[in-house]
Amino acid sequence: MDFQPTEDQKDLRAGVRDLLAGRYGREALRASVDTGASVDRALWRELGEAGFFALRLPESEGGVGLGLPEAVLVFEEAGRALVPGPLVATHLAAGVVPGAAAGKAVVSAFDLDGPLVAHLGEADAVLGASGVPAGEPVRSVDPLTPLHRVAVAGDASAYREAGALLTAALQLGSALRTVELAVRYAGEREQFGQPIGAFQAVKHLCARMLVRAEVARTAVYAAAVTGDAGEVAAAKLLADGAAVQGARDCLQVHGGMGFTWEADVHLHLKRAWVRAEQWRTAAQAQELLAQELLGSVEEAGQAG
Amino acid sequence: MDLTYTEEEQDFRARLRAWLAKVLPELPAKPSPDDWPGRRAYDLGWQRRLYEAGYAGLHWPVDAGGRGATPTQHLIFLEETERAGAPYVGANFVGLLHAGPTIAAEGTAEQRARWLPPVLRGDEVWCQGFSEPDAGSDLASLRTRAVRDGDDYVISGSKIWTSHAEVADWCELLVRTDPGAPKHRGISWLAMPMDAPGVSVRPLRTLAGSAEFAQVFLDEVRVPVANRVGAENDGWRVTMVTLSFERGTAFVGEVVACRRTLGELARTAKANGRWDDPVLRRRLGRLYGEFGALWRLTQWNVSEAERSAGGVPGTGGSVFKLAYSHARQELYDTAAEVLGARSLSLEEEWTLDRLSSLSYTIAAGTSQIQRNIVAERILGLPKGR
Ligand SMILES: Cc1cc2nc3c(=O)[nH]c(=O)nc-3n(C[C@H](O)[C@H](O)[C@H](O)COP(=O)(O)OP(=O)(O)OC[C@H]3O[C@@H](n4cnc5c(N)ncnc54)[C@H](O)[C@@H]3O)c2cc1C
Repeated sequence: MDFQPTEDQKDLRAGVRDLLAGRYGREALRASVDTGASVDRALWRELGEAGFFALRLPESEGGVGLGLPEAVLVFEEAGRALVPGPLVATHLAAGVVPGAAAGKAVVSAFDLDGPLVAHLGEADAVLGASGVPAGEPVRSVDPLTPLHRVAVAGDASAYREAGALLTAALQLGSALRTVELAVRYAGEREQFGQPIGAFQAVKHLCARMLVRAEVARTAVYAAAVTGDAGEVAAAKLLADGAAVQGARDCLQVHGGMGFTWEADVHLHLKRAWVRAEQWRTAAQAQELLAQELLGSVEEAGQAG
Repeated sequence: MDLTYTEEEQDFRARLRAWLAKVLPELPAKPSPDDWPGRRAYDLGWQRRLYEAGYAGLHWPVDAGGRGATPTQHLIFLEETERAGAPYVGANFVGLLHAGPTIAAEGTAEQRARWLPPVLRGDEVWCQGFSEPDAGSDLASLRTRAVRDGDDYVISGSKIWTSHAEVADWCELLVRTDPGAPKHRGISWLAMPMDAPGVSVRPLRTLAGSAEFAQVFLDEVRVPVANRVGAENDGWRVTMVTLSFERGTAFVGEVVACRRTLGELARTAKANGRWDDPVLRRRLGRLYGEFGALWRLTQWNVSEAERSAGGVPGTGGSVFKLAYSHARQELYDTAAEVLGARSLSLEEEWTLDRLSSLSYTIAAGTSQIQRNIVAERILGLPKGR
């Protein structure tokens, strides 16, 4: 058993991190917030060329032929950089919707209740519907996730497992990033003549953030390796928690600055809220896990 | 990232399973929790069986009498023994997991020959005399004094919360040998025989009602200088080697046990109707997810240890302990919710477990201290003034 990432997997992750640092750094992120342009088609295509969407498509179909473990590492980086757009749905659409694999098409999905659809206005297709349905714009909490309400819900449940897992990977990246942001600020900002990170109340907030993120990390990676439905549910549940609570703690560490539009913290929090509603909510994950738990003992009971 | 076990590891597991299936039915009945001599005999008897079958000191280096097993094999060992319901390490804990590894790493050839074989064979029990009434989290401020007198140290002071002190043959003792030095620099590590004149043990009753630990009084106890492991005043470093020795496997058996308990909780809740309460059901579902993740975190840490083979492990153990101790307390609080008023009865096994789980955020470094470690050593935040 060797659960740690291989050298190839680490290289892949580092490659995507470099690509995103160069192509979608902080300035680009803030520029998209200012213009409200959430999907950048040129970036989408570059991601496509880098294999982001075709990662799990077999080589025989023009894909990269890798698996979920590689995909979660790559999505973790996208979550860290807060790349906007329906990354998960477009990835899932590779090989299904023409152009998705190459990043030429932007594909959203019926992954929210409501029925709400994210990025409907920018989408060429929506998983779970034939064609792009009409929808009424809804003012979205996340400035980079436009939402529309549609009349009739589509059904993207065939994609739910992979969708939930990759969304969990985005949450994980965001959670890890908020730890970094909080730790950096806590080391720089001084009050009472010392860095605020020297105060235990602040230190312990940061430590809790890391613990949640590290537990979520192993859950996400393990679910990617096993593909087990229960592990996917656990990964989503724990990563949602790590991202949402991590962003809130990060906000707290930033004080008044954390409450501003200018700090990035709110972007992590709002996106984490959106993702927590996608594919599988906490309540759904907990119910699924409860049934698995019961199933596991009933099975054992029958076998014994 | 690979969670499959190699053929060699699977063979190891299969052989172990077969052995466990053979020996466990032959074990005597478990002694009652208050029967300390009985518990000592039971725990040592189990260690003796492990020794005879070649499983003793599995993760110890070969030149210390161990089997030099990989961290993954050790993980499998702990997982399988717990699954099969084998005895817990119990009274052998300090010998196998703290004092023994310290002596193996830092002791002289004579010291290793004297102390290690009896631990592996299940002949001698060790306890850990670190904490003092005035030195807990701030362990390095300990005051038990050792004054050199010829070939002996003469020791006076007191240790507290010493688990298994009543049945121990030896104590790994931290003493102050240089009161003038900065607090971390004046400490030495000694092996003290528990039957030495001047050692007295006063059992302390825990909130669970049993006497799991004790206060140890030391009144001019003479311990040969030859019993010192490592250089004089170098005891703090020697101790840190011990504390980091477990390589990510400290709670393997317990996580397996918690997952089994969770299954029993679900079954009970289903039977008594509480399963229909969605709040409780979801709480159980969440715990199932958390303990699954904690199991994976164990595998993650073990894989990490395996890659840095031989190296001293990192601080990942603190992350694990923080998450685990909290989850374990949550588990038994949930058990109480499943039982309802029945949880008030000490006849319920889970009630006793609930009580003992209260120590998890205190023993072996409180959660606050663990968070300091995570914040300062992993995240690099500044030390407070
Ligand atoms: C079941 C059990 C078994 C044990 N077995 C042994 C044993 O065999 N051998 C042995 O040597 N010891 C043993 N211990 C002792 C254990 O290691 C100590 O209890 C522990 O280190 C805490 O020390 P303390 O009890 O003195 O608490 P204190 O250090 O007095 O702590 C009291 C409170 O203050 C907090 N606190 C202290 N310092 C700080 C700080 N810097 N920042 C923030 N908060 C702080 C703590 O977190 C805690 O909440 C055992 C303890 C238990 C509960």
